[in-house]
Amino acid sequence: MQRLAAMLLLALPVAAFASDVVWVQMPAGSFRSALKYEDVPITQVAAFELQKRPVSNGDFLAFLRAHPQWQSDHVASVFAEPRYLSHWSGPTTLGSEALPEQPVTQVSWFAASAYCDAEGARLPTWSEWEYAAAADETQLDARTNPAWRERILGWYSRPSNRALPRVGLQAANAYGVQDLHGLVWEWTADYSSLLIASDNRNQGDADRLKFCGAGALSMNDRENYAVLMRVAMLSSLNGKDTTTNLGFRCARNVE
Amino acid sequence: MNTTHLIRGMLILCCLTLAAPAFGTTPDAALPGDSVYQLPVVLIDQDGKGFDWRSRRGEPQLVTMFYTACPYMCPLIVDAGKSIEKALTPAQLGGLRLLFISMDPTNDTPAALLALAKQRTLDTTRWTLASPQESAVSTVAGVLGVRYRKLASGDFNHTGELILLDREGRIVARTEKIGSKADPEFLAAVEQAINPSQPTLKVKPTETSR
Repeated sequence: MQRLAAMLLLALPVAAFASDVVWVQMPAGSFRSALKYEDVPITQVAAFELQKRPVSNGDFLAFLRAHPQWQSDHVASVFAEPRYLSHWSGPTTLGSEALPEQPVTQVSWFAASAYCDAEGARLPTWSEWEYAAAADETQLDARTNPAWRERILGWYSRPSNRALPRVGLQAANAYGVQDLHGLVWEWTADYSSLLIASDNRNQGDADRLKFCGAGALSMNDRENYAVLMRVAMLSSLNGKDTTTNLGFRCARNVE
Repeated sequence: MNTTHLIRGMLILCCLTLAAPAFGTTPDAALPGDSVYQLPVVLIDQDGKGFDWRSRRGEPQLVTMFYTACPYMCPLIVDAGKSIEKALTPAQLGGLRLLFISMDPTNDTPAALLALAKQRTLDTTRWTLASPQESAVSTVAGVLGVRYRKLASGDFNHTGELILLDREGRIVARTEKIGSKADPEFLAAVEQAINPSQPTLKVKPTETSR
């Protein structure tokens, strides 16, 4: 018993700082994106690895201890706006608003990229994320299933001021990845490629530029609000922005 | 995870660290937090010369992202740079540099950059065409607020903008009105950045010249 307590004591601080990072092997594949790209009708995804769960506050704290330049009192404002980790009680303390097991949010794209870099990884591309997130618990592509859509929309309609659940509580999808829906929104490496003016050659015609930008965001699948809302959100952000429900997970190439 | 994997990962990390300075490291206390020069970026110019864009601190810069094979947009961005050049006095020109950063480093070798500079008769004492490392393109675009997407054809969709950096590397103005005629508001900002002591002339669309 004493021995067990000692083991627990040893184990607890680790558990409190960083969850076990699990990588899921994602097979190569192709799928039809809910986004309509002018150049490719079918999106090809090479095999890659994706973290099973979003990065937690505890994970991110461990990163900040090793990389103090990303602590909220050190980071340059060009990389992170003032709201960066503002729900933490301090630069290296989580506090009651940010439990170690909750997903980290209020992180900028630059900070998320730096975290993944430090893991020898990177942020997933939008296509990789969309590919992984098309699955439900039993099907690799459940996007036409009305129940899948209903469930995601149900999550979107939940008030966002409620405390976030812990990471890894939801059942894994058919690939073995958790929390792609129903917990937080996630940065992608190429967030800034999602809204592109298809033609901005017309000098001085800013409205046309905006119109073309909106036009570039056309959808193959207008019913897929789950994806539409993600894209709309990501495309509105700059790399230093943070929001209360935007987190991330890392991906890496398979060699 | 086995040991070889771990070692390989560590090797990759080491190589990355050696190849490119990790951004976010050791912020210069004197440099403003909102300066793009918080991001170390090594660029290779049209003469094959490498430099860190932070060495441009101290002089205002007209910056944009482009690629040499770009069929429509980028020639106009060059035109826009030239239109600003044309609108400035020789004295003002002495205080401004133009830095065109490629989003296509694989193809935009020094030779490709030099060919474009010659084709467009760019004065390379003032103009620099340069490529970052492939891995740095997205972070450079991130701090500059440039949006782009690589197409299957190898072309890019991208926002076409001229961005004005002040002496400290802060973005003080940007314009999407690019082409052969200088955007008057943007031009005023450029003049202001070159000579901050001079009050800016407010140019209103309704004003007519004498």
